[in-house]
Amino acid sequence: METVTVERQSGAARRSGGGVAEARSLPICIEHLRVVYKAANRKAAEKIAVNDLSLSVEEGEVFGFLGPNGAGKTTTMNVLLGFVQPTSGKAEIYGKSVRDEASRAELGYLPELTYYYKFLTGRELLRFYAKLFELPRAEAEKRIAQALKLVEMEQAADKPIRSYSKGMQQRVGLAQALINDPKLLILDEPTSGLDPLGRMKVRQIIQRLKDEGKTVFFSSHELGEVETVCDRVGILFNGQLKESGSVSSLLEAYQCNLERIFLKVIGFDEDGNPLSGKEVA
Amino acid sequence: MKKSFAIAEVVVKELFRRKDFYVLFIITVVLSVLMAGVNVFNEPSVARYVKELCLLLIWVSSLVIAITTAARQLPVEKEQRTLFPLLAKPVRRSQVLIGKFLGCWLACGGTLVCFYVFFGILSMSREGTWPVLNYFQALLLHWVMLGIVTAFTILGSVMFSAVSANITITFALVAGILFLGRHLNKIALQLGEPLQAVVYGIYYLIPHLELFDVRDLIIHNWPLIPWGVWLGALVYGAFFTALFVWLGCVRFKKMLVH
Repeated sequence: METVTVERQSGAARRSGGGVAEARSLPICIEHLRVVYKAANRKAAEKIAVNDLSLSVEEGEVFGFLGPNGAGKTTTMNVLLGFVQPTSGKAEIYGKSVRDEASRAELGYLPELTYYYKFLTGRELLRFYAKLFELPRAEAEKRIAQALKLVEMEQAADKPIRSYSKGMQQRVGLAQALINDPKLLILDEPTSGLDPLGRMKVRQIIQRLKDEGKTVFFSSHELGEVETVCDRVGILFNGQLKESGSVSSLLEAYQCNLERIFLKVIGFDEDGNPLSGKEVA
Repeated sequence: MKKSFAIAEVVVKELFRRKDFYVLFIITVVLSVLMAGVNVFNEPSVARYVKELCLLLIWVSSLVIAITTAARQLPVEKEQRTLFPLLAKPVRRSQVLIGKFLGCWLACGGTLVCFYVFFGILSMSREGTWPVLNYFQALLLHWVMLGIVTAFTILGSVMFSAVSANITITFALVAGILFLGRHLNKIALQLGEPLQAVVYGIYYLIPHLELFDVRDLIIHNWPLIPWGVWLGALVYGAFFTALFVWLGCVRFKKMLVH
């Protein structure tokens, strides 16, 4: 089996330049990130969630962060959002360490399947998040109107969130992620649990954000959707970046669709059977 | 502080939209009005017993509101995953925790005002007087006591993931302090060493919530508490509140959120 490496993690790190000036302007810059979760008790072993991960995301690109469950995608996102402290290595957003809460000023985040405050209306929820960015009232109202329009939630904006369907909750979630007009969006499985129509709408929104020049970093298991929307992808497995590169270059190099590339990279054939050591890319 | 107040506003909205407060308020009103309507043996001092029972209901209701509201805050945010978009904003964890505390405490203040206004009207209808300053002193001391309890419960919500465990422990400790706190030094005197030192240690370390219980001041229309003493009690309460909020912030900062 042919082994193809389009861009290994060291390459990604090189591409970020390693130079301080360039690294500062990158939306996301991760270098030699390692996250180890302590054992819950003496008998359990500590868990290496992310191991020596280096990657960078360029301004204006849509980066698909792929990997099977437990690969370390959410942990990496949690590090970027400051929820989890790295054991070693560094992670920066626009040149600011993720330990600094100011790094989140230019960031919008949509978590996977969140149930927002049910007792608030969609508009009240957005007002609350706008206050956390200390936006002036007039500016906040303008952005709320824009975000609601983008996610097509103007009609339901004044209804309590408890009356929203899952798709509407996800769209109001996207609206809250956009309230500060962020340059960078981190979306954790944005279409998870949605019906085909809901998925299509979210995909359209991501496409519109891309057209507006926003940088989008998102994880997904919907590889067809990733192939359509993303400029570049990274495939994570067992906490390590196994493959990374532009979607077109990967498709050309592997001569198959993204789903098969994904399976090959994580060590399975197209029928889901484990590949032998030599066959793994 | 703006960010903390934004978080507090959501907590207050939650309390008044969840309707727990209305249920407790209506129960208190109905029971108090029923008691006030009873005239036992034409005894004029029966009004005092009604006031005592009504105030007891207010104290229990306020503690239920304060502890259950504060205990839910962080565990429910985690369970519903709303903590993630919240912490993904440029907000410090200490601001989140202070906002949660402020929200619970302000909401408790709002409910206390409703309870005391109702109580004042009820007792005025029976006695014909409303010693406003006595009510003011009692209300503020009650509110500061709820501040200590709220801060302690918030600290518990950072330490225990189960809401029920936090509520049970806090209720047990608060009841223990209210009923036994003032007697601990006397109990210590009857004990041998080293138990005596331990009980004395507890006596000096715990926040003496019973100091804030000045129900007799309005039940028996006693003279006002000297303002210096009253202010001292508020400072004492503020110290313990700040201590528990600070401990909560330290613990919350170190907490893994994933």
